[in-house]
Amino acid sequence: MDNLIEIRDLRITFAQSVEVVAGLDLDIPAGKTLCLVGESGCGKSVTAKAILQVIDHPGRITGGAIKLRQPDGKVLDIAATKSSSPIMRDVRGADIAMIHQEPMTFLSPLYTIGNQISEALTLHRKVSRADARAEGIRMLEQVGMPDPARRYDSYTFQLSGGQRQRAMIAMALINRPRLLIADEPTTALDVTTQANILDLLAQLQRDTGMAVLFITHDLGVVAEIADEIAVMYLGKIVERGPVNEVLRNPKHPYTRGLLASMPRLDGDFKAPLKAIPGMVPPPALRPTGCSFHPRCEWALAGLCNTIPVLETQLGTDHMVACHAYGSEAGKFSRTPLRAAAISATPVRKAAGTEPLLSVRDLHKHFPIRAGFFQRKVGALRAVNDVSLDIYPGETLGLVGESGCGKSTLGQTIVGLHQADSGAIRFADGVREPVDLLTARGAEARRMRTDIRMIFQDPTGSLNPRMRVRDIIGEVLQVNGRHSAADIEARVQTLLKRVGLSPDYAERYPHAFSGGQRQRIAIARALASEPRLVIADEAVSALDVSVQTQIINMMKDLQAEMGLTYLFVSHDLGVIANISDRVAVMYAGRIVEIGTTEAIFRNPRHPYTEALLAAIPGRGVTRNDNRVRLGGHVPDASQQLSGCAFADRCRYALPACRAIEPQLQGALDHRYACIRADELHLRAVTGKPELVGA
Amino acid sequence: MGSFMLRRIIYVIPALIAVSLISFLVIAIPPGDYVTRLAETSAAAGDVMPMAEQDAMRRAYGLDLPIMVQYWHWISGVVLRGDFGYSFSFNLPVKDVIWPRLGLTLVLSVASLLFIWVIAIPIGIYSAVRRYSAGDYLATFLGFLGLAIPNFLLALAVMYLAFAWFGMNVGGLFSPQYLEAPWSWDRVVDLLNHLWLPMIVLGTAGTASVIRIIRANLMDELHKPYVTAARAKGKGEFGLLMKYPLRHALNPFVSGQNDIFVEIVSGGTIVAIVMGLQTTGPLLLDALRTQDMYMAASFILMLSVLVVIGTLLSDLLLAWLDPRIRYQQG
Repeated sequence: MDNLIEIRDLRITFAQSVEVVAGLDLDIPAGKTLCLVGESGCGKSVTAKAILQVIDHPGRITGGAIKLRQPDGKVLDIAATKSSSPIMRDVRGADIAMIHQEPMTFLSPLYTIGNQISEALTLHRKVSRADARAEGIRMLEQVGMPDPARRYDSYTFQLSGGQRQRAMIAMALINRPRLLIADEPTTALDVTTQANILDLLAQLQRDTGMAVLFITHDLGVVAEIADEIAVMYLGKIVERGPVNEVLRNPKHPYTRGLLASMPRLDGDFKAPLKAIPGMVPPPALRPTGCSFHPRCEWALAGLCNTIPVLETQLGTDHMVACHAYGSEAGKFSRTPLRAAAISATPVRKAAGTEPLLSVRDLHKHFPIRAGFFQRKVGALRAVNDVSLDIYPGETLGLVGESGCGKSTLGQTIVGLHQADSGAIRFADGVREPVDLLTARGAEARRMRTDIRMIFQDPTGSLNPRMRVRDIIGEVLQVNGRHSAADIEARVQTLLKRVGLSPDYAERYPHAFSGGQRQRIAIARALASEPRLVIADEAVSALDVSVQTQIINMMKDLQAEMGLTYLFVSHDLGVIANISDRVAVMYAGRIVEIGTTEAIFRNPRHPYTEALLAAIPGRGVTRNDNRVRLGGHVPDASQQLSGCAFADRCRYALPACRAIEPQLQGALDHRYACIRADELHLRAVTGKPELVGA
Repeated sequence: MGSFMLRRIIYVIPALIAVSLISFLVIAIPPGDYVTRLAETSAAAGDVMPMAEQDAMRRAYGLDLPIMVQYWHWISGVVLRGDFGYSFSFNLPVKDVIWPRLGLTLVLSVASLLFIWVIAIPIGIYSAVRRYSAGDYLATFLGFLGLAIPNFLLALAVMYLAFAWFGMNVGGLFSPQYLEAPWSWDRVVDLLNHLWLPMIVLGTAGTASVIRIIRANLMDELHKPYVTAARAKGKGEFGLLMKYPLRHALNPFVSGQNDIFVEIVSGGTIVAIVMGLQTTGPLLLDALRTQDMYMAASFILMLSVLVVIGTLLSDLLLAWLDPRIRYQQG
């Protein structure tokens, strides 16, 4: 097997002395897909940028070699080539191309995508403008851009997320590179779009025979696309090998930890997740010895914390850097600890209890204004005739692609939007039921303490100029008569309860990591002892191990405090793990609602089937008969007749476009599809497909 | 784009109406008028002007009518006949006095603006790309110096130097022999010979602020992801800089140009007096002091119109530069 790139002892330094990448060895085989995996802060992206010599200031390569094998057999050491040299410029974009996480920021909004795609071609080949344009359009067609000739002249802000990512892939591949570096190319996309982009990359890789270095933190994606996998921790590769070998038989405790903390849909998806404790330390505070030892469940004092690890070869291609497999292997028992069960027993949800919250026929339309006088010319039907119940003590998961109205529904319930019509009845079983839409005065104020919200972005949702104490205690200061001492005591308790030190009350949000900030946001939501907490993508912005820590904590808190959650997420793995019941939303409507088991094991709506099929990591067996969803959520400003999903549905009949399907079925599983009874939809198998941990 | 331009141009109309009304009212509302002023002058000379004569004069000039009627007479004359009213102190129609002045003001302002761009943009780019280099510090130092020195002081110093070292005739925009001469090629050359000195003086402060604006905006853009993406395509550093970050950095710069233009048009009065320039500033000052109302109102109106048009131009330029504005508001 030929290696296209061999990286040896690579060192990348930021700000004089902080080594972000510390002696990295990595081979990128020609014509294969290598996945580089690890949490954020491990140095994955900067390694990729080093291969192109485009590391951001003030980072620079301070040692080692990056050897690129040229087509004529010569070897170019990229690490020793000047970034601005003509040789390096020829390599960039022609031999090695790169696609990035967020095409909105990596493509300039001031030029058409066609301009930027054809520019990549004209930089490396002498072609006429007309030829460059033709080639650009051909490339867009190849990456599956609908209507490529017209889209060629579009700007990024006129395209959807998936189309932007296709444009960026076209830009990278137009010179037929021998290596494509893909830096989290699907992380910002919807699960259905992600599935399509992964399919596209796999197909392009097969067609062109290029090598792919695929950077991701999602092991499901790895299982989907990788031939080989390299796990990176704090600037070093800790385990590498063929994908099946590493995922089925992970050796390094970090790899095992990543797998154990991933919410998964094979096997028992309600099983408690095991988080890796702590978080990736900043490179400046790299621990001595094995840098993973402070978070490692196997770590032995006197060995792991003092002696640097060496790489150990296991079998032909499987490498692991861990003392437990080295010369001292005998000292380790290597037994994995089981995930801690949720400490308190959950509140039993007695069947037939009255719902805590009943939403009936809820509509929320946003007016579209246009023209000189900003007249109302239409309405964006964000939430369209939604009815659902949430029972005390349960977690209702709300899923759907972006633009389905999930967030609007949550925000309308909490009162951030004024609903147009319908009713939201809140009955806590103690006081008289309240209709949130008509409540005024003291009742409305009480609702603001009983229903609280956790937002997606913990950076944006915490006021940077307020101390943690004031952020958490504000709801108590504003509502009701609490003495300063009361509030102080409550803040201290809450901080402890969400796993933070009470000393943190004096600090400002910028002093905390993303996971810690989300803990503060949760403490804020819980400060008023609410009954219902709406978590809007509350863990989506977090790294997988931190995400698991937060999910486990939220489950603990629910059991202890008898909380009820409405958990909004686009991540079906997270939804499956945390929810008792799941509602699937499409184009402003609930299309299927039922118990988690029912939704995942026995989906009755084709949209649910497509969402489940799009989850990466379920295709280890790589069958060709896949369910894939093309197109987009329909424009919410268009008046639709019949089923909103009909245009994307593989089972659609002419009748589907005529009849508007209503929710039907048993009380614990209802679905809105006129063909539900005749279809046999594919579900999560329940068989472990992705072994390990 | 078409609809955006149309809408933007239509928005100008109410702005112009408001501007014309305010410029007239500002002059007309305060107590006293040109006749009062005349009476005071004669009184100071020991010659009392009888009330009857004053009233007759007011009637003759139409100053006894209600303010809104006076406004209507004035503005309908401006719009329909290009007649700006009569200057009491010059005994000439206002338009004969202000057009040449406005023309010279416009030439000088545009020249100063071009001077600012030519000097400041390259220096700003250099400062951003070679941040914290000796050249950057030098540009920053000179920039702050330019901001800190009052224009009129700079004018005096430059005039002295030009006269003492080069023996130049530095006052005004023309040599004496061309001052009242009809336009000819020689007169244009003479104007250009005189133009550069006030141009530098007026442009210095603007240059300094433009350097700061370009430097700050470009520094924000230099490390944006799309720059990395373009570099990863294999684009050379200079082409990259010109095509991507600079174009992004120009947006706030373009929207800021109008302020600088306003500054030059309206703020050059003291410099014009010091340097003896035949621009609008000194004349406006005189008109205000003597309560020559049509003259003053017309000057204020025309300067405001220049500013409104400048804003329109910078908005249209912004739309041309940035497709997001074209497509999302158009």
